[in-house]
Amino acid sequence: MLSLNDVVIDLGDFRLSANFNVPNGQRVAIIGPSGAGKSSLVNAICGFVDVSSGAIMLGARDITAASVAARKMAILFQDNNLFAHLTIAQNVGLGIRPALRLTLAENEIVKQALLRVGLAGFGHRKPSELSGGQQSRAALARALVQAKPWMILDEPFAALGPALRAEMLQLVAEVATETGAGVLMVTHAPEDARRIAQSVIFVAEGVAHAPVPTAELLDNPPPALKAYLG
Amino acid sequence: MIKISPRLGISAAGFIAALILLALGAVASRATGDFALAPSDWAAVRFTIWQAFLSAIFSCLLAIPVARALARRRFWGRGFLITLLGAPFILPVIVAVLGLLAIFGRFGILNDMLGVIGIEPLSIYGLQGVIVAHVFFNLPLVTRLLLQGWQSVPAERFRLVAQLDIPPSMVFRLIEWPLILRIIPGAFALVFVMCLTSFAVALTLGGGPRATTIELAIYQAFRFDFDLGRAALLSIVQLVVAGGAAMMALWLIPVVNLGGGLDRMQRRWDVQMGFSRGLDGVTIALAAAFLILPLAAILVSGLRGLPDVPISVWMTAWTSLWVALVSVVVLLALALPMAGWIATSQHTSVEAVGLLGLAASPLMIGTGWFILIYPFANPADWALVVTIFVNALMALPFALRILVPALRDSAQSYGRLSAGLGLRGVRLWMWVLIPRARAQIGFAAGLTGALSVGDLGVIALFADPDRATLPLQMYRLMGSYQTNAAAGAALILLVLALGLFWIMDYWGRRNAIAE
Repeated sequence: MLSLNDVVIDLGDFRLSANFNVPNGQRVAIIGPSGAGKSSLVNAICGFVDVSSGAIMLGARDITAASVAARKMAILFQDNNLFAHLTIAQNVGLGIRPALRLTLAENEIVKQALLRVGLAGFGHRKPSELSGGQQSRAALARALVQAKPWMILDEPFAALGPALRAEMLQLVAEVATETGAGVLMVTHAPEDARRIAQSVIFVAEGVAHAPVPTAELLDNPPPALKAYLG
Repeated sequence: MIKISPRLGISAAGFIAALILLALGAVASRATGDFALAPSDWAAVRFTIWQAFLSAIFSCLLAIPVARALARRRFWGRGFLITLLGAPFILPVIVAVLGLLAIFGRFGILNDMLGVIGIEPLSIYGLQGVIVAHVFFNLPLVTRLLLQGWQSVPAERFRLVAQLDIPPSMVFRLIEWPLILRIIPGAFALVFVMCLTSFAVALTLGGGPRATTIELAIYQAFRFDFDLGRAALLSIVQLVVAGGAAMMALWLIPVVNLGGGLDRMQRRWDVQMGFSRGLDGVTIALAAAFLILPLAAILVSGLRGLPDVPISVWMTAWTSLWVALVSVVVLLALALPMAGWIATSQHTSVEAVGLLGLAASPLMIGTGWFILIYPFANPADWALVVTIFVNALMALPFALRILVPALRDSAQSYGRLSAGLGLRGVRLWMWVLIPRARAQIGFAAGLTGALSVGDLGVIALFADPDRATLPLQMYRLMGSYQTNAAAGAALILLVLALGLFWIMDYWGRRNAIAE
């Protein structure tokens, strides 16, 4: 279980408090108006932003001060998810271990992952030779080989068209199911949440509310969410 | 943003500080006597500041019309000329001096022409010679800095002034003057600081009571009088003058870029023909002649002198080559961790560390280490080692200016991804930072190699007759009037310096990441 116990994030004139639990393996969307602190929330969970009080727990383990790598999270950012100077296979290989060389068996795992996301034969290419959707697939292949208990998505598909975005979300759900990972997904589109999230964390006015089942929340939105959804 | 572990960078900075402070301590311990500067020493201080000031003024004032003409005129050979503007910065000083002597010297082309129309020959020695040499090195540099500024003007600006039919004088006030004001202070500071510690130019073209720089005075106190006390005292004066100026200039000094891209030309619609075109043509022709004639003279006399080159020159060329290569290795070992530290540090003041190399004079460090080594060993045995470290130190400010932006960019774009994947330490460097900064690393290495192979500084202080680098050997040949052999040596040195730069820069660019 991922728990945020009375967490407060303080970034100068911006303040966000969070107090909730997410069970292992659950897929949760984080929605809310821009500037509400969705990205700050996931950045704090990933360890890119320090929390000023409270504790972040992974099961019984306190990870509030843990290093980014020690938090066992596979992260997909808005952009720069792939090193532009490395090949796709190298980018995926980094998810197995950040060593300078992979064994034959590990290379085979990379190959299988690329096959799984529909990028068989693209291993030797550079990210710039791939389309936006293919780049997202490569990043998902890496999340697949990372096999971390949590996947954190900070709007990685925001630049894709609706059909492609739906396709990617489907792939996220499949990858998460295969690795048994829970998903925290920042999005501003309620239909994304409906598509793959079991529950939704609504972030507004300095508070990240506890997750509520997706359909329940979106069908009967509280006033603040109603204002956001329009 | 993600931090690159600062431990190595701090160690490197500590090593450099120790290198300088130990030398300073040794110098201070020897600076005995009554702590009074002799009148001749005061003259050296005044001359040092005055020549640096004049050199910077002339370099900047002359660069403005040259850059302006180059920015708005299209002509055959423009790309070549602009590339050539990068050459003097990496040209060994002693080689350039030989080329300037061939044009402006007692028996040079200029005086030949003046003789024909019955004018007394001009002398290149003394203040005017020092300034001509400094302008030769720095006018092209300032011109390139200004051209970068012109290139940063959005094309729409020039379209707008053309569409509104704004006259050239207003274009100057609206667009060009503001960018000149933005660039010239930094360029002036850079040239001024570099000229303050000028040694080889003063050694060859200056000298005497009226044209001695502090750096040259240190050398003379050391070599001719073996007066360590006075050399030490002068070293401290030099540190105060050059260090003080470097600190003041700290935030003004711009990024030096000798790379390509500047030959791209913006289409201009606002440029007039006729008189202004002729004026630009004359400006460009004069600048080109000033740049090309000495270089051509080196080539011609060098080819003629090559058969007269004694074996000693080839041996010292080999010495210079490996000294330069080791300097490059030392520089990269120091500069990369320091640049990583600076690039990700929250405190911008850390960047000041990089300017230590500009603040400390090579001969001050040389004098200090001579004093330190003297009780234990023959300093001449250590001449090349000290030279290697001083060369790396002198290139450090430039290398950091080149490397830091590239590393900062990598840290910003890929810092979170690297941290998320657990890339740290050696792996972060091998996978991300070095491959992405490859072009800059090649450029910094090439610059260091060229500066190092052509350096005539500390080695002149230390060396005994058995030990020399190629620039020193060339200076000795010039001193003993073996003109042909010296010209041949100059050509070899020129090829070594430009070759080292080109190979390393090419390595960096060729394998640079195409994104």
